Amino acid sequence: MSSGVKACITVLALSLPVCVHAASADELADIRQQMETLQKQYEARLKQLETRLEQAEAQVKQNQAEISEAKTAPPAVATATYPEPAAAGTPAAGNAFNPALSVVLQGSVNSYSENPDKYALPGFQLGDEGGLANQGLTLDETEVTASANVDPLFYGQTTLSLSDQSNGGTEISIEEAFVDPTMLPAGLDGRFGRFYSDIGYLNRFHSHAWDFHDAPLAYQAFLNKQYGDDGVRLAWVAPTDTYLMIGGETFAGNNFPAGSSNRVFGDVQSLFVNVGGDVGVSNAWLAGVSGLRVNAHDRQTDVAGGATDNFNGDSNLLIGDFVWKWAPNGNATQRNFKFQSEYFYRDESGDVAVDKDGNSGMMDYNGNQWGWYAQGVYQFVPHWRAGLRYDRLSADNNLKVTSLGGFADNRSVINASGLDNNGHHPQRYTAMLDWSPSEFSRLRLQYDRDESLINRIDNEWSLQYIMSLGTHGAHEF
Amino acid sequence: MTRYLLSVLFGLLLLPLNAAGDLRVFSCEPEWGALVTELAGDHADVFTATTAQQDPHYIQARPSLIAQMRRADLVVCTGAELEIGWLPVLMARGGNPKVKPGTDGYFEASAFVPMLEVPQRLDRAEGDVHPKGNPHIQLDPRNIARIAPALSERLAKVDPANAGDYRKRLEDFNRRWQSALQRWDHEAAPLKGMPIVVHHKSWAYLNQWLGLQEIGTLEPKPGVPPSSSHLAELLETLKATPAKAVIRAPYQDPRASEWLSKQVPGLVMIEMPFTVGGNAQATDLFGLFDSSIALLKGAQP
Repeated sequence: MSSGVKACITVLALSLPVCVHAASADELADIRQQMETLQKQYEARLKQLETRLEQAEAQVKQNQAEISEAKTAPPAVATATYPEPAAAGTPAAGNAFNPALSVVLQGSVNSYSENPDKYALPGFQLGDEGGLANQGLTLDETEVTASANVDPLFYGQTTLSLSDQSNGGTEISIEEAFVDPTMLPAGLDGRFGRFYSDIGYLNRFHSHAWDFHDAPLAYQAFLNKQYGDDGVRLAWVAPTDTYLMIGGETFAGNNFPAGSSNRVFGDVQSLFVNVGGDVGVSNAWLAGVSGLRVNAHDRQTDVAGGATDNFNGDSNLLIGDFVWKWAPNGNATQRNFKFQSEYFYRDESGDVAVDKDGNSGMMDYNGNQWGWYAQGVYQFVPHWRAGLRYDRLSADNNLKVTSLGGFADNRSVINASGLDNNGHHPQRYTAMLDWSPSEFSRLRLQYDRDESLINRIDNEWSLQYIMSLGTHGAHEF
Repeated sequence: MTRYLLSVLFGLLLLPLNAAGDLRVFSCEPEWGALVTELAGDHADVFTATTAQQDPHYIQARPSLIAQMRRADLVVCTGAELEIGWLPVLMARGGNPKVKPGTDGYFEASAFVPMLEVPQRLDRAEGDVHPKGNPHIQLDPRNIARIAPALSERLAKVDPANAGDYRKRLEDFNRRWQSALQRWDHEAAPLKGMPIVVHHKSWAYLNQWLGLQEIGTLEPKPGVPPSSSHLAELLETLKATPAKAVIRAPYQDPRASEWLSKQVPGLVMIEMPFTVGGNAQATDLFGLFDSSIALLKGAQP
């Protein structure tokens, strides 16, 4: 073999794999292309098959549906054929357990013919919420409520209230934050946390559910608009055709009419009995008696003249309430009427420190106070309601100055305290008209002729809106 | 005085002692009360919370209803948020864990039927929308046929002692309902394609069953009362596509449909029974559909 041939063979031999390699690269590309084409074809076919399968399944389902419709298939088929359709906008897994949320926007424009800073109810110590709404355009209160079942045993709900502070800041307050055990047997009903007391009638309703812009005078005077506190409730519904509910609560006693809490099991206890029923198909009623026993420690209240009262003692409140609702055939959508009245009696005894301009007088205080209101609200056409209300308060306070503490005389201590009504009985006449385009919105015009101050008549006008967003909880009777 | 009060209190407590052993059923709407009566007969003591004269969307959570909820063994409602404005209060105040949602004591009829008009868009600007679909499911008798077996099964579960009886009653009901369905299909055949105007969107299931053609609604949006501008528009629509009848439920204000029927010659106003007890003929579920078909046929010339 010549060296030339050898060399060639060597070159060939060496180049062979290269040649083979070159050839296989081309082929491979070809094969890959073919494979890809095949794959694409298969995928297309698969897709076709899948679509066909889906169509067939749908056809089967439809047939089944027709069959079940035609001859009432057994329940298993009926339910299997019609799974509950997914709700529109089903939330993603992460927030599927979000609590029900609702926001209530409230605002108003208010006008007073008298200076609202001088507002007082002679004979009564007023808490910080006992006065008038701000003059002019104002955001009354923005409520945010979240609620949900916690687990099989508990239900939780909280309402946060956002409102302006007098110094320009925003105040966030926890109006309610409570837990209800849901599995209590035998008509028992419990609640713990912070919540509005079940005393009276109006007390348990949030202000957006009230029939007037303002609270009745009795609520302003006796309960600082509304009494809620940290506590525990237990109630029982009797197994009777006539509704009978008996319950009691114990509260810490951090809010008016209490002062600052002093005892482990609370300074405030309540007891209430409610009875209700229907009269025919068009009428329903609810009546109640409730008592609130308060041991007040350092209950501070501001008096219109610039003084501060500090009360220590007992405050016992008794409330009788009555509600009557009428709707033709029980259908409230067209026309309905609601009558509501509550009567308050309170006995307070203890001592009051009166602080004004650096002077600090002391009084023995023994007060008997009454208050009542009656109101009627009539829906005359769908979405339109008109209402009238009358309020009255009276106080018979026995005041005995025990220490002048810098005041000139007994009279000036008593006058500064605001507890002497000088024989005047505050009263108020109110009329309102409201329009609710839907159950989620309401606009209200209200006029009050307020004769709370001695020898003064305050003409009060307000235009108010209440708008609720999101889940809107069911309302009580 | 105390003695007198105590005796009154005891009197109240003793009032309710009814026939012992009966299953106490709280029915939210009359149609379910009627169905329970068909399926349970004397075994159930049925309380119906609403009447055909009341709008089931807006019911007051009256004390009398709480008292009934307190003692119920089984609660039967439509669901699909129809009762969302009042049932939760009764549940919360009734103190009866036996009938809470999720337990055997709570039966929701809408879970057993295909829902119509499930909204694609949830926005209250659209009026009173029901996220789970149109809740007025009782107006298709085929839905009743779907619900009956499930309800019967539930009755047997809550009251196992009478399970055999419930099964027998279901078979009997199915037989009677099936023959009624055939009769109704036959009787209502001429109604197919009949153009109608409705007050509120409460007739979707009846329309689907009978093949009625809904030309328009008196309410511009669900739950929004008829406005004059909307009625004027509707009048224009009816000139182009005439309807035979304008129908409404007994609890709906008749004025808008009266007005429309006067404006459009040949448009008959019909107060449909809507549910059991809606008129003198609709004394039970059979009467409800007998009467509905008869009334609609009356409007066909």
